[in-house]
Amino acid sequence: MLNRLSTAAAILTFSVSPALAQGAKPTDPQIAHIAYTAGQLDIDAAKQALAKSKNADVRAFAEQMVRDHEAVNTQALDLVNKLNVKPEDNDTSRGLTKAAAAKKAELDKLSGASFDKAYLDNEVAYHKTVNGALETTLIPSSSNAELKALLQTGLKLFRGHQMHAEQIVAKVK
Amino acid sequence: MLRRTFLATLAAVGLPRQASGAAWRALPKSLAKAGATVQITITGIAFVEHKQPLTVGDTVEWINKDVVAHTATARNKDWRVLIPENAKATLVLKKPGTVEFYCEYHPNMTGKLVIREKKS
Repeated sequence: MLNRLSTAAAILTFSVSPALAQGAKPTDPQIAHIAYTAGQLDIDAAKQALAKSKNADVRAFAEQMVRDHEAVNTQALDLVNKLNVKPEDNDTSRGLTKAAAAKKAELDKLSGASFDKAYLDNEVAYHKTVNGALETTLIPSSSNAELKALLQTGLKLFRGHQMHAEQIVAKVK
Repeated sequence: MLRRTFLATLAAVGLPRQASGAAWRALPKSLAKAGATVQITITGIAFVEHKQPLTVGDTVEWINKDVVAHTATARNKDWRVLIPENAKATLVLKKPGTVEFYCEYHPNMTGKLVIREKKS
């Protein structure tokens, strides 16, 4: 599992540079795509948890992830429409999607308490990774002020999710 | 019978403002003196710091301008308020003291209320 987490981390930490052309920082359309994809993948993970978990705390957390990430992604879509920006698929988005599919398959084999623990551990790691990417790459690279502001709010929200997930990990143990 | 006892008790202790329904309306106006309403705004995944002094009997009106729901939950478990996205919720302060609070959904959101005793 650590392997998979570090794969996701590596995708966000490193592929942002080579994937997005030699040394070039990601463009706003690429950043919008990465941020939207990251949110959508967490919604998908939460839906898997809602289908599999019977733990009330885990389910409440997953429901919140669906609610929060859908709300932020709706805001993101409204913004890209307003700015007339077309989100652009890129290697970072594709890498995230691939890593999430592998994680989903891995979690699918688990059930009960072991699923709950693996889901929550991944939520902590995933939010940590996305937050790191927002902080070090996506926010500093964004040129549009409104996109930057949305990402900054997103970072605070996702830090909250990470902290909440950490608290539930401690509680379900 | 029980209802009378309840009313008498409320009257004796001084009725907190949130007591609702018939019991509330039945009380004389002197006991119904309302406290102030203090607004605390939530925006950008944070409680905006407020400077107004608070007194027992005051109402805190939580105004959530974010697109996600939040809670204001007292660390000492005295109260918990759910504030849906783009909505308001109120809390009547019943006890004096310094109460730290946080959002259960986003525990990085924190704040503090300093509530003074009501002057008689």
